[in-house]
Parts: sequence; C-alpha cells; structure tokens
Amino acid sequence: MKKFFTIAFLLCASYLFAEIKVGALLALTGPASILGLPEKQTLEMMVEEINKNGGINGHKINLIVYDTQSIDDEARKKFIRLVQKDEVKIVLGPTTSGESLAIKDLALQYKIPVISMASSDRIVNPINKYVFKVAPSDDHAVQTIYSYLSANKKVKVALLTVQNGYGDSGRASLLKEAKNFGIEIVADEKYLDTDKDMTSHLSKIAAKKPDAVICWGVGPAPAIIAKNFMQLKLNAQLVMSHGVASAKFIELAKDAANGIILPAGRMIVADQLPANDKYKAILLPYIKDYEGRYKTPVSTFGGHAYDAIQIVQQSIKMGGDDLASNIEKIRGYVGTYGTFNFSETDHNGLSKDAFVMVKIDNMKWKLLK
Amino acid sequence: MQFLYSGITSGSIYALVAIGFNIIYNTTGLINFAQGEFVVLGGMLMYTTLTMFGLNIFSAFLITFILMFLVGILFERVFLRYVRLKTEINLITVTIALAIILRGIAMMIWGRDSLAVPSYVEEKTVLLVGGSITSQSLVVIVVCFFTAIVLSTFFKYTKYGKAFRACHDDQVASTICGIDVNLIRMLSFAIASFLGALAGAIVAPITFVTYTDGVMSGLKGFSAAILGGLGSFWGGLFGGFLLGVIEGFFAFILPSGFKDAFAFIILLLILFVKPSGLFGKKKAVRV
Repeated sequence: MKKFFTIAFLLCASYLFAEIKVGALLALTGPASILGLPEKQTLEMMVEEINKNGGINGHKINLIVYDTQSIDDEARKKFIRLVQKDEVKIVLGPTTSGESLAIKDLALQYKIPVISMASSDRIVNPINKYVFKVAPSDDHAVQTIYSYLSANKKVKVALLTVQNGYGDSGRASLLKEAKNFGIEIVADEKYLDTDKDMTSHLSKIAAKKPDAVICWGVGPAPAIIAKNFMQLKLNAQLVMSHGVASAKFIELAKDAANGIILPAGRMIVADQLPANDKYKAILLPYIKDYEGRYKTPVSTFGGHAYDAIQIVQQSIKMGGDDLASNIEKIRGYVGTYGTFNFSETDHNGLSKDAFVMVKIDNMKWKLLK
Repeated sequence: MQFLYSGITSGSIYALVAIGFNIIYNTTGLINFAQGEFVVLGGMLMYTTLTMFGLNIFSAFLITFILMFLVGILFERVFLRYVRLKTEINLITVTIALAIILRGIAMMIWGRDSLAVPSYVEEKTVLLVGGSITSQSLVVIVVCFFTAIVLSTFFKYTKYGKAFRACHDDQVASTICGIDVNLIRMLSFAIASFLGALAGAIVAPITFVTYTDGVMSGLKGFSAAILGGLGSFWGGLFGGFLLGVIEGFFAFILPSGFKDAFAFIILLLILFVKPSGLFGKKKAVRV
C-alpha cells in the first residue's frame, strides 16, 4: 500500500512539475558563430520570459543548448544526444544550411521535429515531415530584388556571384526567376572569396552596359566590389544580397556603400516602418529587450530564434504529442521576418513578403517604398 | 585595359609577399610558409594601433614594425632553433605548423570578422588609358619597387648583405670566415617578418584583413617567387606582377571562375620550360 502511495505521489509530482524539454543545436563556435550567438541569447531571453509567465499550458520549458562548432558531423552527434540522452520533444536549429541538411534524415528516423534557422531551400525541399525552417529562402530575396528592378525599369541585369555554396544557390535562383519578372541577364560573372581586386570582372560587366549589377556574396569581398564599383564609376545600380545586411559591411565599404540597394529583413529598419505596420509591433519590443539585456546591437539572426521559439510555443499550446502536425497547422503567425503560413507542403511558410528593399544612404539603412 | 591595372594591383601584393619568401630563402635556403601569416599580423596590428588605440599613422607603423620584427626573432629563436634534426624538410614543416598556430592566435585575438584599416592617402581614382587605378594601389606599387631596390642593394653591396648570401651558399664555410650564422639566420627571419608587416600594413586598406587571408596570399606569393626565380628580388617583383596580370587577363577574357586555374597553368608551363624561374640563376654544383 505504501508503495502504491509513493508511486501515485511521484506520478502526480511528475505531472505537476513536468517540464517541456526543448533542444537547441547552435553554432556557438566556428565560422558561423556570429549567427549562433545572437540565436542562443535570444532563445535564453525568450525562454526565461515564457517561464516567468507560467510556462506553456502550465509547463516550464527546459532549454538544452549544444554547440555544433559549425561542423556538420558535430550537429549529427549532438542531435542524437539531444534525442536519446536528453529526450527532448523538439529541436531548434541548426544554425547553418549544411548542418541542417546533415540532420534531415535523423529527424525522420527519430520522429523529432526540427526547426532550422538556416536559409537553404533544400532544407524543406524535398519536404520531410519533421523538418521546418524559419529563415527565408534565396528565392524570396531574388523575387524582392527583381520586382523592385522591374518596377523601376531596370531590366538589363549583370550577375557577379561568389563561387561557393552561398553564391551558387543565389545564382541558381537569380537565373531561374529572371524570366518571371521580364529581367534580361546580360552578364554572368563569378569571383572567388579570396580575390582582392574585382575591377577586371566589373569592367567586363561594364562593357555589356547593364542597368543593374547584382552581387551575391558575404564577407569582405562584397565590400571590395563596392569600392571597385565606385572606382570605375560604373553607370548602373549596384544591388547586393541579404548576406551583407549587417553593420560590418558598411564599416568595411565606408562611403562606397552609399547608394547600394539590397533586400533585407525588416529588423534593420524597424524604426522606419509605418506606425500601423504589423511587424513593427513585434520588432520594436524585441529589439528593446535584447539590446537592453545584452548591450549589443540586435542581429537578424536572433530574429530567427525568436520566430522558432514562438512557433514551438504555438505548436505545444495546440495540445497533443504530434508537434510536427501541429506546426503544419500554424497559419498567419506574424514573426520578425514575415507572416508564416505553414502547410503540409510548405514547411517554411514565408513568402517574398519576408524581405523589404533597403538602400544604404549616408552609411545608414533606409527603407525603400 | 582595366585587367592590366587590376592585375598590377593584386600583383603588387603578391610581389611583396614573394620578396619576403626570397629573404629567408637567400640566407637559409628555406621556404617560410608562415610568410602569409606575417602579412595578416601586420595588417591586424595596424588595425589595433590605428583604429583601436587611435594612434597617428607614424607611431602606428613604428609599433607594428617593431612588434613584427620581434615576432620574427621569436619565430626563429624559439621554434626553428630547437628543432633537433635541422634538415630543410623538417624546418619547412615547422614553418607550416607555425603558420597554423599564428592563424589560430590571430583568430582568437582579433576574431573572425574582416577588419578595415583606414586609408593612409586620400582615396582618389587615377584615370589611365582605358581604365583607372586607385591612389592606394599606387602606394603599394611604389613601396614594392622601393623595397626591391633597397633589398637588392643591401644584399649585393653591403658587408651584412654579403654575409647573408654567404650563409645561403655554405654555412660551415661562413662560420669559418667569422660570420655569426646564428645571428644572420635570426635576422633574416626578423627582416622577412618586418617585410610581411609592411606588406600587410599597406595592403590592408585595399583588401581588408581577415585571419584566414594568410593562406591565399602565402600561396600566391610563393607562386610569384617561384615564377620569378627563388632568391631574386626583381624576379619576385616581376613574378608577382606577371601572376596578377595573367589572372586579371583570364578573368577578363574567360568566364571569371577559371582565372585562378589558368594563372596556375601558365605558372606550370613556365616551370616546365625554365625550372629555375624567369630570373633564377642556374646553380653549378661540383660533384
């Protein structure tokens, strides 16, 4: 009898104090650490807030974060550890596309939903019942650029893309989407991340007399391109990818950055959004909380973590154990990047509405209408 | 024509690295694979002194050079000197290991981001026939030639320069003649490291500086040195410019993705025809 009471007591206790275990695989060290750190900080801040407000349906969240070191294989190992040892219900991350693709099969094998914060379209295409992503795809960025260019009658476009995964995927979608927007590609050049002077590439492009030059790259090379572009006084609009939407780019390119347009998440221009904008109401408090707590400028990557944890919260609130099916039912969630409409065939849920066009003006971001 | 100016700009960077390779080769017969890392450290120290501590340009250069001179001395004294079996292959392997260590240290101190060093001259575009070049690139080119002139004069005509060359030819004989071979070896690393710092400091405003830069600039500089003929400063200079111009040319006429491949194919072809490099001396070895 005594035994029975003990068991009953433990059962009740375990129900009352039950936690929801949420795993996170983030690149806290390695090349992608500039992305991983704001993600971790955002998750910790959000989880603390959710728990302070009584948790989800009365259950506290127990966040377990592992560092993937930006290494694909490490992400696999840590995923298995999260699932088998920590017995988490859902996994947030990984940070990078490579890591996300590396654990895609494991998610299906262990039937654990994964909400990736990386951008590659291949994470959700072909679709895997358990894999979702909250970062917009290159296609969305390209559609935003092209619709801006065609609206401004700049239809002759030259491409200058970096020769790596980021550039190749951008180039593929730039080429694919061109005809949908009546854009004519007049030059298709590539560069290496290690190139120190791009005036050869640019003068070759200049000979084709494009209306706009789209450069798809990250790191220091786009800043060198911006400087070379200014040096050659090219008579075209320079467009960059969302990969340079950070203060670092302006710091490197200095006044050569002025006049460049690019697609970016609303986060960097949150204060310029019209007062009735539905995203402004979400972004401003988040930015205030984050910057107040960590004393560093907010990053759009933290926004992915914000969206991911909100989606987790919504899916748990729906009840039941099948979180993956719950996420597929989320419609109209307004996040930091856009409105998410998930479905059985769309595990990203975003549209080109995730990006706005911004211009760098006087070394500041300016929202283009 | 722009490809020519573009090539000269990147070529002058390769040339400066190539000259650094030559100094060490000229005295020790070694290839110092950490030369690219010296360049990176030079750029990063300039960033630290100029941007972080806000010193003026003169003292920033001075501090960078002194520190890098010391790094060169430490490099030789601490690491190369204590290698038990001083065969060339062992010592060269040590330089590769040191390159990796320096890269790691640079990453820990300065982080993974690219750093921007402010320009030392007013940023202007100089219009030339069929293209343009920036004032910063001109500075690099001038420094390049200046260094080559100073070094070749030093090595040819001064007492110490001759001692350096004697060490390369025969260390035992040099010791017998009263040359302090140990000191000369140490100095050659110090000068190479100083030159790396010079290269890093003056190219940093153009290319920015990232901790991984040393790999590629080391490789390109090494190719330039081989192309021009190891041991010859003018060869290194010319090799650097030639490599840069070939790259620029191929970026211009072919899909630009192939440019590196073609530049290295040309390099191979030249080496097939003239293995000692364009300016290399043939060495007669008595058997």
